[in-house]
Amino acid sequence: MNFNLDLAINSFPLLLLGAGVTIKITALSVALGIVIGLFVGIARISQVRVLRGLAAVYVDFFRGTPLLVQLFLFYFALPAITGQRVDPFVAAIGACGINSGAYVAEIFRAGIQSIDAGQMEAGRSLGMTWGQTMRYIIVPQATSRVIPPLGNEFIALLKDSSLVSVIGFEELTRRGQLIIAKTYGSLEIWISVAIIYLVMTLTISRFVAYLEKRYKTNDKH
Amino acid sequence: MISIEGLKKKFGDNEVLRGIDLEIKEREVVVIIGPSGSGKSTLLRCMNYLEVPTAGAVSVDGILLGGGEANINKVREEVGMVFQRFNLFPHMTVLKNIMLAPMKVKGVKKEEAEKTAKELLARVGLADKADSYPGSLSGGQQQRVAIARALAMRPKVMLFDEPTSALDPEMVGEVLDVMRKLAKEGMTMVIVTHEMGFAREVGDRLLFVDEGRIIEQGEPREVFEHPKEERTKSFLSKVL
Repeated sequence: MNFNLDLAINSFPLLLLGAGVTIKITALSVALGIVIGLFVGIARISQVRVLRGLAAVYVDFFRGTPLLVQLFLFYFALPAITGQRVDPFVAAIGACGINSGAYVAEIFRAGIQSIDAGQMEAGRSLGMTWGQTMRYIIVPQATSRVIPPLGNEFIALLKDSSLVSVIGFEELTRRGQLIIAKTYGSLEIWISVAIIYLVMTLTISRFVAYLEKRYKTNDKH
Repeated sequence: MISIEGLKKKFGDNEVLRGIDLEIKEREVVVIIGPSGSGKSTLLRCMNYLEVPTAGAVSVDGILLGGGEANINKVREEVGMVFQRFNLFPHMTVLKNIMLAPMKVKGVKKEEAEKTAKELLARVGLADKADSYPGSLSGGQQQRVAIARALAMRPKVMLFDEPTSALDPEMVGEVLDVMRKLAKEGMTMVIVTHEMGFAREVGDRLLFVDEGRIIEQGEPREVFEHPKEERTKSFLSKVL
């Protein structure tokens, strides 16, 4: 068995290009996931039964079906209904973001519920509305507690974004496949791809550790 | 100031309040005592609808509670509450804790809210703690901040739910001092407490609550020294 170092080195710029796309998908999906997750997470514990129900259905569906199937639904099934072709980029971000939103919603829900009930009572007894108490008192405190699980979710999302290669979107994994198709260098390319993923996930986990530390010192418990 | 009629509260099958009628006048200091589980905290919490009554009517300053969020929030602006476990907001400085509700609920300007907050802190003897976080304060200091926070809304009534029960003994005095001062200034107060000496000294009226009913009430000294009901006698013999 030979490891062709030249092939690995020469393919690197192209793979990095793919990694750039992976980062872009992940970042946009994370942003979408956080926005969705915050609203769905709060809806899960709202006093309005209909909202609670809808949020539960959302979480159940997107956590209960594979991301790959959701991606196919977005990219192939949706056009069959609407008659409109879906841009792969939109399908990728849409599927990843909406999927991640379900997990993030559960993270936020758990974070919010971990805040002592007395905090809500204190806010309400001062005349603040439920929404104001959530916004100024509960969510800011929950934020520091959800950082570690959110970090895990984003690392998972970055890795799962490799699935969008199946709809032909040229992120890191797809780039690797394309290079292998031309060069037959499975060993070199997959190892390079794995290393690039590893560097990215380690960077995120360091960043999350930094955030965790920062928010802890601000909390002064 | 507070008017309660036929108040009942059930938690599932457990009937905690079994029909309470109570009138509290302006500037009156009412102290509620009773064994644990007697319903005294629930009674207090019904006065600002932290607990929603199962039956009966509660009105504060002429406003009947119930019938929608807006009405309840309005009443809560006028009813300050101090909790056993302080419930300060740990992610904000002491000053911000006090400023938040006036700014968000009443639309008070920041400068004004800050000025009021500093005056209140001075009143509870904590002027130097404005920029501290609650976690760095002692229990007694936290409870005094909690009182200042409630006062910042300029309430007409203050409710105290066992305000000294979570404190180390040496810190009880400083909190009671602040409450004593408030009572002297004419604040209408309802206090659930186990501090019998304080109840006797500061209270205008003492209520003894047991099994969800007001068993006996009257001038504190009178109730302490000549309780009429058997249950009051037996309770007092255990705590005095």
